[in-house]
Amino acid sequence: MRPVRYIRARTVLEAVDAFAQARGNARYIAGGTTLYDLMKLGIERPTCLIDIATLEGADRIDTEGDRLFFGAGALMADVAETRSIVRDYPLLAQSLWKAASQQLRNMATVGGNLLQRTRCPYFRNGAAGVYPCNKRDPGSGCAAIGGLDRSQAVLGVSDACNAVSPGDWPVALTAMNARIELVGLDGARTVSIDDFYQLPGSTPHIEFAMAPGEIVTGITIPKTDAGRRSTYHKIRDRESYAFALASAAVALSMDGDEVRQAHVALGGVATRPWRASETEALLQGQTLTYERALDAARASFNGARPGAHNKFKIELGARTVADAIMIAARGTNHVA
Amino acid sequence: MSEQRHQGVVTFTRREVLEAGAVASFAGVTSSSAADAAAPARQAEHGITQRLSTRINGTAMALEIDARASLLDMLRERLGMMGTKKGCDHGQCGACTVHVDGRRVASCLTLAAKVDGREVTTIEGISDGKTLHPMQQAFIDHDALQCGYCTPGQIMAAIACVREGHASSREQIREYMSGNICRCGAYIGIVNAIEQAARQTERT
Repeated sequence: MRPVRYIRARTVLEAVDAFAQARGNARYIAGGTTLYDLMKLGIERPTCLIDIATLEGADRIDTEGDRLFFGAGALMADVAETRSIVRDYPLLAQSLWKAASQQLRNMATVGGNLLQRTRCPYFRNGAAGVYPCNKRDPGSGCAAIGGLDRSQAVLGVSDACNAVSPGDWPVALTAMNARIELVGLDGARTVSIDDFYQLPGSTPHIEFAMAPGEIVTGITIPKTDAGRRSTYHKIRDRESYAFALASAAVALSMDGDEVRQAHVALGGVATRPWRASETEALLQGQTLTYERALDAARASFNGARPGAHNKFKIELGARTVADAIMIAARGTNHVA
Repeated sequence: MSEQRHQGVVTFTRREVLEAGAVASFAGVTSSSAADAAAPARQAEHGITQRLSTRINGTAMALEIDARASLLDMLRERLGMMGTKKGCDHGQCGACTVHVDGRRVASCLTLAAKVDGREVTTIEGISDGKTLHPMQQAFIDHDALQCGYCTPGQIMAAIACVREGHASSREQIREYMSGNICRCGAYIGIVNAIEQAARQTERT
């Protein structure tokens, strides 16, 4: 690991100033659960760390008014246990407590979690140059395509990259039409979560629609009664503390037995948090049965491009979505 | 380790935490053709010093550390507190679990610089003199270990698990202890121990 300078910022402006002065080789650090891990692997090599975990008011959680607000510095554990979130938006709480371990949720922030990097084994195990990776070393190639690709994406893949977007929380935020608040050298702006995440295309090293030096300061979600009928359903190799093989965030607005509007997003199967638009459209106006839910779920996998070892994710993914739709429709599920 | 006590605060002067041996030995190599040939590939990286004031198990400490150091390496390599274990060093196994301001964290992924002004509790700090913490006693009572390497982390996580209110059922204990891996597979004893300690905590 390279030597680093550590700076603790007290305000967002102080942090942005420090970034400008570091001339490109700085990274903001909040919980550090991704960044410090990647520094140990030699994948991230900053020479300056600007600590933004203790920015004034950065951990604010506000559920009053017509929208939900989560300060970027709020801990995953704290948002997961916010009473009104557990009650009114179970998919949000579940996406957090089904991620990582309690130790990591006590460290990691809901803003930093948006920027978690892929767990692709070729991305993580190649700092010494053993494996090429277009994300880590643009233009070097991709060892995962045609390699051991069981955990790789089937949706949104390109010829340059098939790494899975690892998050759970961003998938739930996609279903809930969240907006991301950013502050940078050129001031403040907000961006929809759909525009925030980038497809790999020919530039898989560009993952987020962020300018250098920008900081995620908050996340807002328009309030909806669909939150009450929602779930985050996550299928893993082991029952707890593992990344998703397939996951689904579902929230339903219902008129009696009929779906007025469905919010559906997928995790574990795609190169970015994936809005299941085809599924959402097919569910609208439908009276729910498992068969209809499964048909609607399958539609979102029509464009899937599996490799040699991950074809199972198409069927697993569709069934995960269908199960999630039926769980959400019951509207009675709660976190442990 | 040089150490001075004044006004109840333990002060440590700077010592290399990372690659201490390599840095020292390369600094002592005089330039020769053999050394020149060998040296470029293995250049010593000198760290940047960071000052830090913290309380560890109730004792105030002022230290100068390498800004890169993890809390885990600071505890073990710098302060000689070997109770906290290094397993994976990547936040995946839980062996390094300690409490910061009363909450459990993975000390391997906690930048030491971040505990400035905060309170750290390790396995060395939970007993009351010679009287074991109820969770330590429960682990003994239920034979909740074999090799014992993961045990300090398990116990620190378990104490927090009970304090958080996440020990109300065996299922909940298993879920909220899933960040602590036991390669010996002593999980049944671990869950039994936590159930017992949780009941004791309720009574007191």
